[in-house]
Amino acid sequence: MSSAADPLPRKTLPLPASLRRLMADRMGAAGAFIVLFLLAIAIIAPWIAPYDPLKINVKAKLLAPSWEHWAGTDHLGRDTLSRLILGTRNALWIALTATGLAGVIGMILGLIAGYGPRWIDGILVLLLDSLSSLPMIMFALAVITVLGPGTQTLMLVIVLVSIPGYARLIRAQVLTLKNADFIQAERVMGASLPRILLVHLLPNVVGPLVIVLSMDVPVVIMLEAGLSYLNLGVKPPEPSWGNMLYDGYTSLRQQPSLVIAAGIPLILATLGFTFLGEGLRDALDPKLQKRLP
Amino acid sequence: MLTYTVKRIGLAIMVLLIVMSAMYAMVFLVPGDPASLALGPRATPELKAELTARMGLDQPLTTQILNFFSNALRGDLGYDVWSKRPVLDQILEVLPNTLFLGILSLGWAIVLGIVLGCLAVVWRGTAIDTLLGVLSVSMIAVPPFVIALYSLLIFAVWLNWLPAIGAGKPGDWSSQLAAALLPAFAIGITWVGYLARLVRASMLEVMGANYIRTARAFGLSEPRIVLRCALRVAIIPTIAILAVGFGSILSSAVFVETVFSRPGVGSLITSAVAKRNYPLVMGTVLFMTTFYLFVVTAADLLMAWLDPRVRDVFRS
Repeated sequence: MSSAADPLPRKTLPLPASLRRLMADRMGAAGAFIVLFLLAIAIIAPWIAPYDPLKINVKAKLLAPSWEHWAGTDHLGRDTLSRLILGTRNALWIALTATGLAGVIGMILGLIAGYGPRWIDGILVLLLDSLSSLPMIMFALAVITVLGPGTQTLMLVIVLVSIPGYARLIRAQVLTLKNADFIQAERVMGASLPRILLVHLLPNVVGPLVIVLSMDVPVVIMLEAGLSYLNLGVKPPEPSWGNMLYDGYTSLRQQPSLVIAAGIPLILATLGFTFLGEGLRDALDPKLQKRLP
Repeated sequence: MLTYTVKRIGLAIMVLLIVMSAMYAMVFLVPGDPASLALGPRATPELKAELTARMGLDQPLTTQILNFFSNALRGDLGYDVWSKRPVLDQILEVLPNTLFLGILSLGWAIVLGIVLGCLAVVWRGTAIDTLLGVLSVSMIAVPPFVIALYSLLIFAVWLNWLPAIGAGKPGDWSSQLAAALLPAFAIGITWVGYLARLVRASMLEVMGANYIRTARAFGLSEPRIVLRCALRVAIIPTIAILAVGFGSILSSAVFVETVFSRPGVGSLITSAVAKRNYPLVMGTVLFMTTFYLFVVTAADLLMAWLDPRVRDVFRS
């Protein structure tokens, strides 16, 4: 929709200019800094964690924050700060790979539906519509019941519920571009199908997808933490912000510091990625509509 | 209108059939049969055989799916693996709690969201507008169950103003309302942010219209224009969004109900998933999906009735 309005289709994102626009937007810049900060922590997590995040020390259980344990300890005496740092790695790894994977699959399905024969388009649209017209959480819980909880199931669920949106976005754009002059010219000149799809169509439709992907990351982080809170996501003792919040909930009355501490990085991450996504959208493509929360 | 109605309802039914068949078939795609998965390590051959027969798992897959649908049509969603109570009874028992919570959450969110949206329009372009913008985005971004946990800690544990768990005593309205306040706060806050943005955006679109200029030329004050003229038109997309929002309210309810140990559809299905109680999970999923499709379809029909342009969707 958006790219079709441009008389001259652009091949790549005009990055330097858009990056400057992103930095000029204070909210977007703040989001970018938060995200970079969290990414840095996730990458160097094992080296900066002060303690072993899995090490149980019952003598030091449910401690309040102190100089030895900056964020206190949980009901098994594990150091909360170390677990939060490793939890950052888990949260970002799951959110980014699952969203990326869903983006790639959605893109392929969208290209097939948009450029392929009508009957394939019909079937794909019906299947994607069926999937996306389910209440997301009900579908997620049904899949988890069948496959059993765990990180892989969690990623599969995230990928499955995200695909329809991305595929529809790409399909809609391909449909409008498919009969554009430059594509028809390629076809007349005898360009192969992969060449038309990958070299000519893809660069023109991938921009909005990147924006939507970045706006979906916080939603995925929220879903991961929520399902882990319900013990249906990342399996303990592996640290995740969600299952730490659950541990904190069970000892809320004796030691509230765990819930408080585990909520902070989760709020920081969802805010950071949301600000970044909003900023990216405004900087790259203001016409793209905001999706439902 | 008739063509649109028939096609829209037909589409909803088709979606429901595809989804439920896929979900039911999924149980058989994974290794291990559902009976032993549900029973876990406690499975003895006799228990397994009994459960298999009771769930009808010894029949061919197609017969099972047909049975499942014909039973569901008659309102029979099967029986709980553990308590052996009918699934539908359990859902209907807790459904009012969830609906009450959902309506309360949306209620305060609509009022505050529209007020904030109007304020942003009145002061558009100023620092207040920017501040409200950041505030709305933040409300949308923060996970409802974290807000639930923090508000539980502050208002129930530290200040002891409101109950921390449950849904109040049956028949006692004031205790039920008190128990629903914190969960409704946690669920609604996302919607305050979302509606504030939506109302602001759709109102700014209307503010450029000719009749607003006329109103201004007649000397109407700015707040009066915003409330009397613009809001009336801007409210239509808001109504359209609310039906779709039912799905995300349900999703928040699953988490928030668990935080407050509040009986409801959300906590019912979560505990069933943890115990791998297939009939209860599948029954609840079917029930809530049907309910959701019904709401969305009804909203679409309402919009088509209000706005004839919508009816052309199926013509292309």
